[in-house]
Amino acid sequence: MRPLTNRPNRIDPAPSRMAYRLQRWMLTPGIRAGLRIGLPLGLLIIGVGTFLADPARRANLVQTYADIRASIEARPEFMVNLMAVDGASEQLVNDIRNVAAISFPISSFDLDIEQIRSRVVALDPVKQANLRIRPGGILQVDVIERQPVVVWRTNEGLSLLDDSGVLIGTVAERAARSDLPLIAGVGADDQVAEALALVAAAQPLKGRLRGLVRIGQRRWDMVLDRDQRIMLPSEKPVRALERVIALDHAQDMLERDVTAVDMRLTARPTLRMTQAAVEHWWQIRKIN
Amino acid sequence: MTDLYQSQRAMRQMRQQAMQRGVIAILDVGSSKIACLVLRFDGTGRLSKDGTIGSMAGQSGFRVVGAATTRSRGVQFGEITAMQETERAIRTALQAAQKMADIRVDHVIACFSGAGPRSYGLDATIDLEGQMVTEAEVARVLTACDVPDYGVGREVLHAQPVNFALDHRSGLSDPRGQLGQALSVDMHMLTVDADAIQHLVHCIKRCDLELAGIASSAYVSGISSLVEDEQELGAACIDLGGGTTSISIFMKKHMIFADTVKMGGDHITADISMGLGVPMANAERIKTFYGGVHATGMDDRERIDIGGDTGDWEHDRRTVSRAELIGIMRPRVEEILEEVRIRLDAAGFDNLPSQQIVLTGGGNQIPGLDGLASRILGQQVRLGRPLRVHGLPQAATGAGFASAVGLALFAAHPQDEWWDFEIPVDRYPARSLKRAVKWFKDNW
Repeated sequence: MRPLTNRPNRIDPAPSRMAYRLQRWMLTPGIRAGLRIGLPLGLLIIGVGTFLADPARRANLVQTYADIRASIEARPEFMVNLMAVDGASEQLVNDIRNVAAISFPISSFDLDIEQIRSRVVALDPVKQANLRIRPGGILQVDVIERQPVVVWRTNEGLSLLDDSGVLIGTVAERAARSDLPLIAGVGADDQVAEALALVAAAQPLKGRLRGLVRIGQRRWDMVLDRDQRIMLPSEKPVRALERVIALDHAQDMLERDVTAVDMRLTARPTLRMTQAAVEHWWQIRKIN
Repeated sequence: MTDLYQSQRAMRQMRQQAMQRGVIAILDVGSSKIACLVLRFDGTGRLSKDGTIGSMAGQSGFRVVGAATTRSRGVQFGEITAMQETERAIRTALQAAQKMADIRVDHVIACFSGAGPRSYGLDATIDLEGQMVTEAEVARVLTACDVPDYGVGREVLHAQPVNFALDHRSGLSDPRGQLGQALSVDMHMLTVDADAIQHLVHCIKRCDLELAGIASSAYVSGISSLVEDEQELGAACIDLGGGTTSISIFMKKHMIFADTVKMGGDHITADISMGLGVPMANAERIKTFYGGVHATGMDDRERIDIGGDTGDWEHDRRTVSRAELIGIMRPRVEEILEEVRIRLDAAGFDNLPSQQIVLTGGGNQIPGLDGLASRILGQQVRLGRPLRVHGLPQAATGAGFASAVGLALFAAHPQDEWWDFEIPVDRYPARSLKRAVKWFKDNW
């Protein structure tokens, strides 16, 4: 009931319904967490969102960022001024400089070392390459070059191969690299290691070796001077060659008038004599 | 009665929810003050780690984190007479307690002293269907109790089984699992005016709170003020409150009787106010500072300024001797105690083996009350203070907070009541579900 008299000096300590509800609301854990974390977060998001809503400001921000980044990248501490190549021949150094195609000075942030390395390694004579930026702004390229071990004769000409059969370069004439053994035939470059083993095993023939011919991408023929051929099997050719050499030692087989020693069937070595030798042999048989 | 059964069960569920959430508020709606405690249940058990009860008498399962008191408005004789005022007072107390606890409280357990409580002793005997007493059998025997006609407009506030007897063995507190033929139960039922409960429920609902239980303050102040052996052997707890004096008799740790005398400290204050011609506020102050019930020669010479703010110098400077004050107070205190005596006699308190009487409530701070009470009530009278509980502020440890503390204990360890047992299926009325729905609709 409404009191008849207004009693202003009696202060009611009771909170109003709204104040009471508000206090309870503020004591609710979710609301408190929301006010403590959610509200500042929301304000921040709204502020940032409003700032970024304008495309001009956004572009300005991006531009500022790019400028700062460029200014840092252009500092002399990060500049690369020259490239040093170690472990490569004169010709290869020029090739490497060409494929790297870097216009110095350049910031080290703009250098894609890995990509340059892959381009350098893609060069034929390069076996392995290490790139790093040395203090002092030098791009150091350490190269291990491939060493030519055989000369491969094809229809196109003479090429140099390394021990894994990778093409390194070409030579104009055989005499330019007379120190290297000669191989020929289709697919010979796939079996360079075997060829080298055969050449090593043919050491006792002492300079009679002219070269190796890959036959049918399957087996080797060893060509000696006086057009002699040692036809080797596809399986265990070194072993067969050693038998031939042993025969040669024992009976001077290769000194005789023989065109070819056929070792293709291991159980039945076969000799092919020259026409003159055969006729001569027939006469001897008639005499006897 | 099933309606009540449902609503009490709903309150029990609410209490379970509150326990799970770990926070519950205690509200003692008294005539002179409204006290609110906020309890936090931290899950420690009834016994401490080494298996002993400990210094907190096993009440360490909860902690009082907030406490607030406010002057009660709109409550007379323990009943709400002005809802708006009471609601505001409850809001004040709750807000202060929540602020102190820094926790939002959604569930509240309330107690009040008025509404004319009436005790009934009920009993029933059934033949067991099986050999063993099961929970269903207990529920059946409780349901078999012959409920007296307690009148329209009254509600059952407590219905506690106080004693079970199996065949010829009586005095069982929990017969479940025991073997026998016939099970009988004695139940104590306390009814109060339904309107008073409704008013309280309404006030609490207006404060956006869920009611998780209601208790009679006579019962809860007995829980907190009587020590364990007094509860076991038989004792009466007399809570001298502001508007009412509540009586509860305990026996074998159960309340077996409760009643209320509709006189209390406010009446003493009113007597002083009338007798000395001072405002109620002054009279209250004089009572608390100088009150007493035994006059001595010294009291004739001690003059008390009774004051006043009329602006009349002569009138505002009056003094009375303390003996006069005691002369006003004593007859009223005697009257209250006489009335208590009558109620106790009516309840058959004389027949109890132990006749310990414990005076508690704010009124027990009147100097010399224990002497007067022992003259009227019998020799075994002591002044009681509520049990210690964790975290209770010093200001709330006085006898005036006996029912608030008792309600806290009651919240932590409620006693099994009739509605805690599943009602047997055959007793469900056909429309019970509909009624439950209606109850929910009405209350939410």
